[in-house]
Amino acid sequence: MTGRGDGPEGEPQGPAEGEPARAAHVPGEREPNRAVRVSGRSVKVSGRAPWVLVVPAVAGLVFLVLPLVGLVVRAPWSTLPSRLAEPHVLEALRLSLVTATAATVICLLLGVPLAWLLARAEFPGRRIARALVTVPLVLPPVVGGVALLLVLGRRGLVGQWLESTFGVSLPFTTAGVIVAEAFVAMPFLVISVEGALRAADRRYEEAAATLGASRWTAFRRVTLPLVMPGVLAGAVLCWARALGEFGATITFAGNFPGTTRTMPLAVYLALETEPEAAIVLSLVLLAVSVLILASLRDRWTGAATG
Amino acid sequence: MPAKRSIVVMLLGALTLLAGGCGSGAEAGKGTVTVFAAASLTGAFTELGQAYERARPGTRVRFNFGSSATLAQQLVQGAPADVFAAASPATMKTVTDAGLAGPAAVFARNKLRIAVPKDNPAGVDSLADLADPKVKVALCAEQVPCGAAAVKALAAAGLKVKPVTLEQDVKATLAKVELGEVDAALVYQTDVLASGGKVAGLSFPEADQAVNDYPIVVLTRAPDAEGARGFVELVRSAQGQAVLAKAGFQTS
Repeated sequence: MTGRGDGPEGEPQGPAEGEPARAAHVPGEREPNRAVRVSGRSVKVSGRAPWVLVVPAVAGLVFLVLPLVGLVVRAPWSTLPSRLAEPHVLEALRLSLVTATAATVICLLLGVPLAWLLARAEFPGRRIARALVTVPLVLPPVVGGVALLLVLGRRGLVGQWLESTFGVSLPFTTAGVIVAEAFVAMPFLVISVEGALRAADRRYEEAAATLGASRWTAFRRVTLPLVMPGVLAGAVLCWARALGEFGATITFAGNFPGTTRTMPLAVYLALETEPEAAIVLSLVLLAVSVLILASLRDRWTGAATG
Repeated sequence: MPAKRSIVVMLLGALTLLAGGCGSGAEAGKGTVTVFAAASLTGAFTELGQAYERARPGTRVRFNFGSSATLAQQLVQGAPADVFAAASPATMKTVTDAGLAGPAAVFARNKLRIAVPKDNPAGVDSLADLADPKVKVALCAEQVPCGAAAVKALAAAGLKVKPVTLEQDVKATLAKVELGEVDAALVYQTDVLASGGKVAGLSFPEADQAVNDYPIVVLTRAPDAEGARGFVELVRSAQGQAVLAKAGFQTS
């Protein structure tokens, strides 16, 4: 412990730019100031933004926003109120919000400790574990759904046992929707939290340890508050991904109004016969998610990063 | 400076990719017949496509298999295609009503079967068993042809069935039986055959009241109208009908 804090060499976050001596004397304490000063300095860089960045940036923005404009322009505004009032729309919306929120809670309970393990604990196979965490990101969600069926389905490796022992069967239930969404969304949370943990200054934790805190206490009282912006940003991403989840849900949990038909599934089915209804449903999903994400950003992530 | 150049190179690369993506769509002109066909036709049409290519060297048949309702919507939205083969007159009507094709001709019929996993865990042996709340049933959504047929058949039998899931096409419904996640499903006879013994099919009398007609049509804006007519002729020829019959379709 003593050897780590007072030498800039061993520190991944070792103070750069001409103040190693001071930082070495008071490990940690000057760190937040320094961080703020560095970011403050970068903001003050003046002059015109270079066109090599601005042109692709604007193109990127247009590329992302244009499809939304398409939805808004083609929306059947005159029949919108009557379509929105249909009970199956509200039913699907309620189901989507409930399942996405529940999936996010599961991801927080499992994902934050997992991120901590990947960022802080030393164990063999950590690199492989880190790569495996991102598998759901790469896997087509439909394949993820099939994989879930093979494990948690009625004849799955674990599902078989769940059904014979507890009489629990996940496919075609709302719980199944939550499982599918959590599977697909958890990497977003883990990656975000792990990134925050790696960027966080470990000397705070070490200071807590020298003051007699156990590792759990240090995690709870020091590390977690420190990386809270990362946790919240991750949770928001995770929630948004869960809200839009389609492939794994329809494959693993099926599609039945009231129990498993979330908004994205309702949109897909409406596309088969009534594209206008599908546009309305998409707009509702969009409006709700933008509303919630914008309000969360202001309250948490914005305040934390700004 | 090198950074600047590499960004430009990346941009150019992205543009080339985009252009390439557009090109592959436009290339579907002469010598390539694009067929939009119902998912249940996958096996039979793939075989007929190969026969067509063998009979006319240098030509190619590309398929887009999916739920007839999805395909119909894609066509209405302007997807380029030469031939449309649907699993129901209703989905075909979406396309003809939009003025995309003239009158369609029925080339095959398909009947529903009860599909059960090979070991039939719930002991299903009649349509009435599907109404048992302990039996997990998968049906197609009513918006797609196999779902509409299922509703018709169940109504004819006077049965109320509460499925655990309404799948978006017949192949997805079949997959739920193949995986053993449901005890029974209503799918087409052709799908039971196509599963290659992974599911068992039970016939039931009410299926006769829910027979699906399969219409086929050459689209008005077909980029390769001649090739399209050639493919439709092949489907309706004795050879085509034999392939369809082998797949489990009823032919006339």
